Amino acid sequence: MGGNLNHEPDADSCYPFSPQTHSLQDIRQQATVAAKVFIQRDYTSGTMCQFQTKFPTELETRIDKQQFEETVRTLNNLYAEAEKLGGHSYLEGCLACLTAYTIFLCMETHYEKVLKKIAKYIQEQNDKIYAPRGLLLTDPIERGLRVVSFTQVLNLASAS
Amino acid sequence: MSAVMMVSKKAVRRWEKLPGRNTFCCDGRVMMARQKGVFYLTLVLIVGTCSLFFSFECPYLALHLSPAIPVFAALLFLFVLAMLLRTSFSDPGVLPRALPDEAAFIEMEIEATNGSVPAGQRPPPRIRNVQINNQIVKLKYCYTCKIFRPPRASHCSICDNCVERFDHHCPWVGNCVGKRNYRYFYLFTLSLSLLTIYIFSFDIVHIVMRSMKTGFVSALKETPGTYPFRTVVVCFFTLWSVVGLTGFHTYLISLNQTTNEDIKGSWSGKNRVQNPYSHKNVLKNCCEVLCGPVYPSVLDRRGLLESSAIKGIQPAATATVSKSTDSVQQISVSRLVLHSLHC
Repeated sequence: MGGNLNHEPDADSCYPFSPQTHSLQDIRQQATVAAKVFIQRDYTSGTMCQFQTKFPTELETRIDKQQFEETVRTLNNLYAEAEKLGGHSYLEGCLACLTAYTIFLCMETHYEKVLKKIAKYIQEQNDKIYAPRGLLLTDPIERGLRVVSFTQVLNLASAS
Repeated sequence: MSAVMMVSKKAVRRWEKLPGRNTFCCDGRVMMARQKGVFYLTLVLIVGTCSLFFSFECPYLALHLSPAIPVFAALLFLFVLAMLLRTSFSDPGVLPRALPDEAAFIEMEIEATNGSVPAGQRPPPRIRNVQINNQIVKLKYCYTCKIFRPPRASHCSICDNCVERFDHHCPWVGNCVGKRNYRYFYLFTLSLSLLTIYIFSFDIVHIVMRSMKTGFVSALKETPGTYPFRTVVVCFFTLWSVVGLTGFHTYLISLNQTTNEDIKGSWSGKNRVQNPYSHKNVLKNCCEVLCGPVYPSVLDRRGLLESSAIKGIQPAATATVSKSTDSVQQISVSRLVLHSLHC
């Protein structure tokens, strides 16, 4: 492919570079940090994992407010389902205790099952809604369940 | 086009680069604090006392009373060990530190809230107020982890990590006790209390039975050295300390409080401050803490971090230099973008 490097790479990376690629260094010096928007946790209902549904102003031009709220609300519902205290979780807890928690060597916990569902949902949302608009939604588990981040993806990634 | 780029790849697991003062074993599967001396002592005390019980008393008791006695003791002993190891080796609920972009975003937000501070004046403390169940809770900013700590989280100075629902750092167990391993810790203290009481009572039953047959003094002579030392010293002191600890934690669980909150007096009732996390129902509180969902670890220990070092670029001819460096740039930049998207 032709070396048409119009767009600057993301300077925020854990990838060390040797200074031998001189013109790449120049690019890095001109690099701007790709805009990331972080949606913080909502602690009004306690320590349960919930995220704020307030629409951030930085995304006003990129996505629809209702779309954003629907995504965050679905994520909140999924996390609530994972952390729900009910018959199912009590049964799982008691059974696990009786087997000295060795049962989790062969069985997945309810929370882990829901986390897989969440990962799938985020993948779906990225493919259908956010990637076409140049945004990338990251799974909050990668950030310690602290934030949901929207990254503005650069066109370079789509070109390569 | 004929550039040769030598890249040496070394796959490194994330636990090797994690900040904080933890020790990792089994390629990141086991996570403990650095000081493990007291943990080894705990192991020695439990295993030592139980092996003495099994070797000296159990044969007599199995013969004269019931073979179920050593069987039950063995099951209880295995349960105690399982809970101890589970508490010591699991991630207590460590919060990963903020990556640079998240930390920068939070700094921006703080500056926006505080406005400009005149030179020479100390900036206001970084606190966020949150309303939880009609109670104002202050979230403090952790300067080490660069995050606003979630409610009930605290920074352990020994392990240098923020831990969710931080209870305390237990040297006996060699790890912090937090959200993910509190129930194992409680079950460990509970089962250890039961085991200690069990062994203590059967020690006494054993002495009484032997004394009834042969007299007290000769009974002591028959069981060389183990009784006076072991029974009194270990079991007695263990009984009072472990049973006391179990009682204390049962009280905390029924109120849905942590040791940290109890020590600080966060919900002691002055200024009409009440615990917003309690369900106001002892049974519900116990169920939540002991039978609640099993939280997964949010600290990625076993993920792979690729650290490649580009060793050298040798273009075949000067005419092709610009094209080859272009392709090198493109490969490198696309890898850079892919990595940054992954981070």
